[in-house]
Amino acid sequence: MKYKSVFDIIGPVMVGPSSSHTAGAARIGLLGRKLFGHTPDHVDIHLYGSFKDTYQGHGTDVALIGGLLGFDTDDSRIIKAKEYADEQNLHVNFMLHEEERSHPNTAVVDLVKGDDRLKLEGISIGGGKIELVSINDYEINISGNYHSLLVFHEDTFGTIARVTTVLGNNEINVSQMNVSRKEKGDIALMTIELDEEISESVIQEVEQIDGVERVIEMADD
Amino acid sequence: MFNSIAQLIDMANSENKSISEIMMEQEMRVSKRSYLEVYQDMERNLDVMQNAVDEGSGGVASKTGLTGHDAVKMKEYIESGKGLSGDMNLLAIAYAVSTNEVNAAMGKICATPTAGSAGVVPGVLFALNEQRDLTKEDMVRFLFVSGAFGFVVANNASISGAAGGCQAEVGSASAMAAASLVEAAGGTPEQSGHAFAIALKNMLGLVCDPVAGLVEVPCVKRNAAGASNALTAADMALAGIESRIPADEVVEAMYKIGLTMPSALRETGRGGLAATPTGNRLMQEIFGEE
Repeated sequence: MKYKSVFDIIGPVMVGPSSSHTAGAARIGLLGRKLFGHTPDHVDIHLYGSFKDTYQGHGTDVALIGGLLGFDTDDSRIIKAKEYADEQNLHVNFMLHEEERSHPNTAVVDLVKGDDRLKLEGISIGGGKIELVSINDYEINISGNYHSLLVFHEDTFGTIARVTTVLGNNEINVSQMNVSRKEKGDIALMTIELDEEISESVIQEVEQIDGVERVIEMADD
Repeated sequence: MFNSIAQLIDMANSENKSISEIMMEQEMRVSKRSYLEVYQDMERNLDVMQNAVDEGSGGVASKTGLTGHDAVKMKEYIESGKGLSGDMNLLAIAYAVSTNEVNAAMGKICATPTAGSAGVVPGVLFALNEQRDLTKEDMVRFLFVSGAFGFVVANNASISGAAGGCQAEVGSASAMAAASLVEAAGGTPEQSGHAFAIALKNMLGLVCDPVAGLVEVPCVKRNAAGASNALTAADMALAGIESRIPADEVVEAMYKIGLTMPSALRETGRGGLAATPTGNRLMQEIFGEE
């Protein structure tokens, strides 16, 4: 089930006017910031479908920028997010696309700071709820409501086993897991949803594993 | 976890509990939190709703000027005593409009289930409170009932105007509110189910056609209609009238109608009222483009 909490329905508390186009957009921006780990210098935001058609009226643009700056859905600073972005030297560029995506409310957010780059595709499915569709063009599907680990790793034998062994040794149970890659032998992405919170020391242990390139933790808010 | 309205009603009956209790207990299990924590979170949402109703009743306008100050007109009309429908209905309209005027002005609201439809549930809730003098706990429970029914809609159909049209937003909100009204008025879980089904049936096919893509025209007034429709459906169910089509099948019908709705009528601002001569003119005035 996509919606798990009553507060997905009665909530969020938010700045208007649209839960999908304002609150959901802010959450996509926030998720981008969280996964990126810091405030980017430059962000290209690609809008599709209903997001593209109605972003001005819904404040989708300021909500996405607000999220990138760390403003939550109920933070009134969202209204003036463009001014806050200027103050913090965050440059945002919006691009509108006619192409149809899997969901009418789709935003692709491409964050850059120096050599560091992260691209994520988020969809806003209604009532402020969002889903992450891809990271750096790797398909994934996590709600952001559970503790998850995203492990970028070399697409070679044994890596998956080594990662799950570390989790098992630390008595962490995997609730759902999937692996995606762009090409055989390239870098692959393991998405691991976990039943419980994961400690910093376990994350470091996973980072040390042979073949693992980068680990991103997605914690429950 | 319950996944259908039939299941929700069965659980309430077999455990001899109200719908609000079933929802609260499920939330405690899913979020692994205490009764008090879950209750207080909902109480905070209720406070946000109260603030929005108060703010709108005092008069607010959106940046574009397309909407605003109609809640004040409604309140003055109620005080004049010349209203055609009863005070409960008139107050529900006033409070629904208040909330959505605040939303259009980018004020703070609580999505129920969405921001565009945020006026319906608080509209009838605060109207009922004035007429029946509810306790704060009654009001919090009211929101859990709405949440329980909305939960089924969100997981089996959609609560997004871009995916399912306005029937998925104001339609869902109206049906949720109708179910809550029944429990608050002392009706049975089955009657809540019938009220939900009747309210949603009356909203089937409603398109999402916001002028200039703004959550203003016709959204604010549709929230008023959603509130009135909730009262109509709740009164019918409490009178013993039953929906011929079971609630879960109405949800499925709503979902399928949404799938066949053209994208021009699903929150793109390209069809319906948005595409009328006046709708186009307003868009040009606001954004300077077609």
